[in-house]
Amino acid sequence: MLEFARWKYWLVAAVLLLALVFALPNFFGEDPALQVARKDRAPMDAAAQKSVEEFLRERHVPFSKSYIDTGRVMVRFDDVGGQLKARDAVNDGLGNDYITALSFAPRAPEFLRVIGLKPMPLGLDLRGGLYLLFQVDVNGAVEQLLSNYEQDFRRTLRDQNIAVADVNTIKADGDKTNGVRVLLPAGADTGPALKLLQEKFTDLSFKTNDTSSGPAIDGVMSDEQIRTRQNYAIQQNITTLRNRVNELGVSEPLVQRQGPERIAVQLPGVQNSADVKDLLSKVATLEFRMADETNSIADAVTRGRAPLGSKLYRDKNNQPVLLKREIIVTGDQLTDATSTSTQEGPAVSVRLSAQGGERMLENTRANVGRRMGVVFIEISRQMQKNAAGELVPREIKTEKVISLATIQGVFSSQFQITGLSPSEARDLALLLRAGALAAPIFIVEERAIGPSLGKQNIEQGVRALLIGMAAVFVFMVIYYKGFGLVACAVLLANVVLLTALLSGLRASLSLPGIAGIILTVGMAVDANILIYERIREELRNGNSPQSSIKAGFEKALSSIADANITTLIAGVVLWIFGSGPIRGFAVVLTLGIITSMFTALLGARALITLVYGGKRKVARLSI
Amino acid sequence: MEFFSKTTSFAFMKTRKVWYVVSAIFMLGSLAVLVTRGLNLSVDFTGGVTVEATYPAAADIEAARTAVTTAGIRDVQVQNFGTSRDVIIRMPPLAEGQSGADLRQQVETALRSVEPAVEIRRFDVVGPQVGSELLKSAIWALSLTVFLIFIYVALRFHTWRLSAGAIVGALHDPLLVLGFFALTQMTFDLSVVAAILAVIGYSLNDTVVVFDRIRERFEHNQRSAPESVLDLSINQTLSRTVMTSGTTLLVVVVLFALGGPALQGFSVSLIIGIVVGTYSSIYVASALALDLGLKGEHLFPIARKDPLDDLP
Repeated sequence: MLEFARWKYWLVAAVLLLALVFALPNFFGEDPALQVARKDRAPMDAAAQKSVEEFLRERHVPFSKSYIDTGRVMVRFDDVGGQLKARDAVNDGLGNDYITALSFAPRAPEFLRVIGLKPMPLGLDLRGGLYLLFQVDVNGAVEQLLSNYEQDFRRTLRDQNIAVADVNTIKADGDKTNGVRVLLPAGADTGPALKLLQEKFTDLSFKTNDTSSGPAIDGVMSDEQIRTRQNYAIQQNITTLRNRVNELGVSEPLVQRQGPERIAVQLPGVQNSADVKDLLSKVATLEFRMADETNSIADAVTRGRAPLGSKLYRDKNNQPVLLKREIIVTGDQLTDATSTSTQEGPAVSVRLSAQGGERMLENTRANVGRRMGVVFIEISRQMQKNAAGELVPREIKTEKVISLATIQGVFSSQFQITGLSPSEARDLALLLRAGALAAPIFIVEERAIGPSLGKQNIEQGVRALLIGMAAVFVFMVIYYKGFGLVACAVLLANVVLLTALLSGLRASLSLPGIAGIILTVGMAVDANILIYERIREELRNGNSPQSSIKAGFEKALSSIADANITTLIAGVVLWIFGSGPIRGFAVVLTLGIITSMFTALLGARALITLVYGGKRKVARLSI
Repeated sequence: MEFFSKTTSFAFMKTRKVWYVVSAIFMLGSLAVLVTRGLNLSVDFTGGVTVEATYPAAADIEAARTAVTTAGIRDVQVQNFGTSRDVIIRMPPLAEGQSGADLRQQVETALRSVEPAVEIRRFDVVGPQVGSELLKSAIWALSLTVFLIFIYVALRFHTWRLSAGAIVGALHDPLLVLGFFALTQMTFDLSVVAAILAVIGYSLNDTVVVFDRIRERFEHNQRSAPESVLDLSINQTLSRTVMTSGTTLLVVVVLFALGGPALQGFSVSLIIGIVVGTYSSIYVASALALDLGLKGEHLFPIARKDPLDDLP
């Protein structure tokens, strides 16, 4: 007798139902939409949504619907014309407070969106966009830290009146800079200098050395410290890039670490890389300087230059600011910045390194009641024509005072910058964190895919999938008749399950991914074929139809498992080692193997038992 | 419908020596073209710039090449891609300090001067260091896959003889695919690497199904003559082998015909891989295991007297 446990029926039904729900959003397609977000990144609420809607009505821009999605307002349109019109209107009328991005909104019914179900995201090769791979100069970040140490060494030794011949960064072992060497005058005693350095710079390991030019003390960073610094540099750069990408107003951008020293950025819909790259690869840093309160700003502006010992800056609102030339602390001494709220209102709480803190202490002791400015410096590279008319890269430096506040009391490594609005505090904290690091990044890979190519890719891919599936269906039905129909149903369920998994995991679908689905369809029938061939064999051996089905499933099991596990190994290795198109393919292949095993072993069994199982008499099978 | 209404009884193993020679010729031939001609590696691996442009009507390749060359861009390759309206332009990696955006501007202006309605559909810049790393990680992935599968088959079937057969079979197939790419100089890109690893998976899939049957046959009688057991197993799984290869080939051919130029290399490698993989699971993997001295007792270690007997 052929049986299938009741709970297994329920399991198959439940899994398929769930898969259907998860896969559903993919079948509705998408509408053009406009994403509206606040410039200060504060989440938008129903009131803000209403004001955007009213604004669009005022301007007579037709739209079909709007809703709030992760703090941003999405406005849907029936056509691209309305979308573009709305973008221009919002940028024109609300551009001071909001940034817009062209996007697509799933057409799926409301209830699916409310419970968080979305169609699977499309890769850049399917919807067009810009992919940038940045290399972070991690060794540059280490060298930068070491040159800070170098300055600190000089200052510390000078303060204690210890004579020094030279201080330099060195490559203590290997070919990478990893330490600082203090060269003392010939014949000098290393003892006092060594003791002082060891006391003040506990994180470095020191040893003395006799060089041809005199006794020397080497302070070396451990490998662990270097790794930490490098990771920190990457994390910082990711934060910076995220912030800057958000400023671009791109919908669903992606910034992620790739490998030990790379960062991948995906910008859907972006075509022109020039502006984007310029914005993204800017190097930023900070300087803390005292305000020049003795000279007149107006004078400096009219004369066009600052008095001796001062520098003329502009602030956020383009107002002139006069700051002293002497730098108290630079941004690389900044270890953390967070926005908090204090009794005096929103503030940014800043933390400096020990050395930076000491300098800040000295400075604030002498300057309570005076004003201190924070200068934000960005360095970007641009191509410019030189005298000979050739294009050459040039570094362009922009400096801006982002905060100018009165020093309320003496402080050192931890202090707060107050007098800000909540959004200003949040922005400043972000900027400080993001701008604190100056490890240079440069582009090593750049891929731009036009929207029409994306559209063509998706059309060709989906057509190949549908026709491929149809061909397999026809083949299976001709060859296995009724059982072939079961295989078709199982195959369809497999594609639904795979779609559901990809949607649920939010794994983005690329062209190789579609190829993976197509290949999975071809290979997924293998499990069915193994089972059916076994059933035919059992029938040929003179067994009853029901026991042939039972034996067919049981005997095919080990072949199916072994065959799939070997493919699974290849899939998982590709998933781990691959990047870009390889990974896109591997994800689908791996998930496809899992779903096809489920559908063939449980799904097919359930269907066949439903038809032939139980106590009924079965004379012959449609196989 | 059935292709084989009775279990066939082809004497596969009898002719294996002939097929060894055939396989050897193909493998050595592939190796020879690989060494002499090399692969036509895409920018994914070499680093460089690729531009894909679409014209409203058939593109004038010669004019496009002249325009780009006169714009001062050196070492340019201009070819048709997919249709006569699509053009692919390949350039060496960017020079120090040169930006991709500027190059794009230059190329676009040059192409526009010939045909104003041209549309740049894709613009890829890959740094040389990225390319060489990709090649390295691809080789790593390949080696690791082969190693893990060797271990899996050895554990599952208790004998290195089948493992060795499976691995040689699995290496035979990608080598032939590589040989084909070297011979035709089709562009070898990342998606082909993915396809080749899928071919390894597919080929093993086929092989393991045969092995499974071999084990089952030996289970009935460990002392059966290995050659007849192998022949019987291959015959008993033959209809499945043909069917599965058939359906998989079917979808891959559809993909080749309709998937567009971006998936051409991918589908071609799979087509070759599936055909060759089906052959190799019989005439390379199984045959080799037989000549490595496979016996029924190897598959059932508990019944064996001397456990050391199985070590290589």
